[in-house]
Amino acid sequence: MIRLVDVTKRYPGTESPAVDALDLTIDEGEIVTLVGPSGCGKTTTLKMINRIIEPTSGTITVDGTDITSRPAHELRRGIGYVIQQIGLLPHKTIEDNVVTVPRLLGCDDDRMADRARELMDLMDLDQSMLTRYPSELSGGQRQRVGVARALAADPPVLLMDEPFGAVDPIVRRRLQEQLLALQEDLQKTIVFVTHDIDEAILLGDRVALLRVGGTLAQYATPTELLSEPADDFVVDFLGEERALRRLSLLKVADLDYEDGPVVDADADADTARAAADKYDANWVGVTDDGRLRGWLWTSELGSGPTGSNDTRDFRVWIRPDDSLRTALDAIVSTQNNVAMVSDGERFHGMLFVEQVTAELLK
Amino acid sequence: MTGLATPVEVLAQGAPLVDWAWIQRNTDLIWDQTVEHIVLTVVSVGLGLALSLGLALLALRWDWLSGPILALGGILYSVPSLAAFALLVPFFGFTATTAVIALTTYTVLILVRNILIGVNGVPGDVIEAARGQGYTEGQILRGVKLPLAVPVIIAGVRVATVTVIGLVTVTALIGLGGLGGLILTGFRLLPPLPVMIMVGTVLSVVLAVAFDLALVGLQRLLTPWTRRAAD
Repeated sequence: MIRLVDVTKRYPGTESPAVDALDLTIDEGEIVTLVGPSGCGKTTTLKMINRIIEPTSGTITVDGTDITSRPAHELRRGIGYVIQQIGLLPHKTIEDNVVTVPRLLGCDDDRMADRARELMDLMDLDQSMLTRYPSELSGGQRQRVGVARALAADPPVLLMDEPFGAVDPIVRRRLQEQLLALQEDLQKTIVFVTHDIDEAILLGDRVALLRVGGTLAQYATPTELLSEPADDFVVDFLGEERALRRLSLLKVADLDYEDGPVVDADADADTARAAADKYDANWVGVTDDGRLRGWLWTSELGSGPTGSNDTRDFRVWIRPDDSLRTALDAIVSTQNNVAMVSDGERFHGMLFVEQVTAELLK
Repeated sequence: MTGLATPVEVLAQGAPLVDWAWIQRNTDLIWDQTVEHIVLTVVSVGLGLALSLGLALLALRWDWLSGPILALGGILYSVPSLAAFALLVPFFGFTATTAVIALTTYTVLILVRNILIGVNGVPGDVIEAARGQGYTEGQILRGVKLPLAVPVIIAGVRVATVTVIGLVTVTALIGLGGLGGLILTGFRLLPPLPVMIMVGTVLSVVLAVAFDLALVGLQRLLTPWTRRAAD
C-alpha cells in the first residue's frame, strides 16, 4: 500500500542524513509503528509520505502511484493526518473542524452534517460538542476530534505522529484501545510514529525500529521483535523488560494450563489427597458442576465427600483473554503462586507461576 | 487688551465655558464638523487598512520585503503631522485629499506591523495540521492565518483609529479639521470663544471612545471563539 524505496532526507546544513536510504513496505490494512530514539528520523519518514517534508532522493508510492505525481494538497486530502499537537483550527467549531477535508473536497452541506454526527458517534464523543470550539474541550476529547477529522473523508491511509503523546497515561491507554477497536472495523493502513516502545508493540501489527541516522534496525512483528531481536541496539532499545513486554503480547489462553489439584464435590477424601499430592500441594480445590466452589487444606479433609467440608474462596482470578503479564502480576500476589482461570462462568483451570516463567525463558 | 486675550483670560472675564445658548444656535455647525471628522477618520483608516493589507501580503509573500516596508512605515510615522500637511499642500492644495493622504500614512506602520505580528503569531501546529489536511497555501492564508490574526489586527485598528481621530483636528490648519475646526476657530475669534474650544475637544474625545468601543464590539462579533474559555 505504501512503499518507500531508497528514501533519503538530508536537511540543509547538516552533515549526516536524517533518513538514510530507507526501504519500507507497509501492507494494506496493517498498523505499522515507527519507533526509535530521538533523531532516528521516524517523524521525518512519516511526514515524507504526505509531503509535509520532501525527500532529498528516493521514491514513495501510495497504492502504486508516485506521491509526487499530483499536487501535494490533493495527495493530502486522500491521507488522514493526526499530529501530537492536534492542530484543530481554533476559530472553527468542532463540526467544521471534523468535516475539514470533505469541505475541501466540495461535499454538500447535508452530507457533511451527517458525516460529522457519524464520526462523533464513532469516536464516542457527545453530539453536543459539535457546536463548541476546540478550546472548550479537554485534551483527550480534542485528540479524538483530531482522529475524527482524519477519518472524515474515509481515506485508506492514516498517518499518525505521536498522536497520544501529550495526554495523560490513563487517557492515552483509552485512546490506544479505541484506535485498536476502530481498526478492527475500518482496516485502514496506518503509519504510527511513537517514541514509546510499549505503545509501538501494543498498536503495531509490525514495528519498524529505526536507529539514529535514519536506518532500519529491525522491521518485524512485535513478537518477533521481542523474541528475536536483530542486534544489540534492538536489545538495548527494548530494554530490561523485554521478556516482560513479550508476556504482555501473550494471552493466558495461549498456554496449556492444567486443572490443578481439583476434585469434584462428590469425591472422597482419598481422591482429594491424591489430587493434591500429584501437584505436591497441601491444599485442594472443590468444583460443583464445573464451577469452582473454593479450597481447603488437605489436613481439614473429613471422612465424607470433599464437598461436605467448609471451603475458603479463591481470591485471585484471571480470564483466558488476559495477557500473561497481567496473569503474572496476579499470581505473584498469591500465597500459593497460582491463579484461577475462569471466563466468569466456567472454571478453566489453574495457572502456576512456573508455567509463566517457563514462557519468559523461551 | 481684547485682541490679545487668551481663552483663559476670556474665561476669567466671565465668558461661560458651557454656553448652552451658543450650542443651541450652532447645532448645524457642530453636526457638520462632527460628520466631517467621522468621514475623514473612516476614510483614512479604511484606506490605511486596505493599503496595509496589501503591503502585509507582499511582506508575507516575500519575506525580505517586510524590513523595508516596516522601515518606510516607521519613517512616515515619524514625520510630524504639521510637516506632512505642509509637504502635501503644494501638490494637492487645501483639500480633503491632502488630509486623507497624510492621515492614511500614519495608520500604515501600526496596521502593517499588527497584521504581520498577528499572522506570524498563528501557532505552527495549526498551520501544519491545515496543510496536512490538504489546504493549499492560499487557503491557509485566507482560511487560517488571517482569521486567527483578527484580534491582533483589530487591536491595531483601534490604536490607528484613536490616533487618527486626534490627528484629524490638526487638519484644521489646512481648512478642514472636523471638530478641530471648532477648536481652532474658538482660539482665533476676537475675543476667543471658550465654548467652541470646549465643544470641539469634548466631542473629539467622545468620538475616540465611541469608535474604540465599537471596534471592541466588532472584534467580539468577528471572533466568537475567543470568548469561550476552556473549562
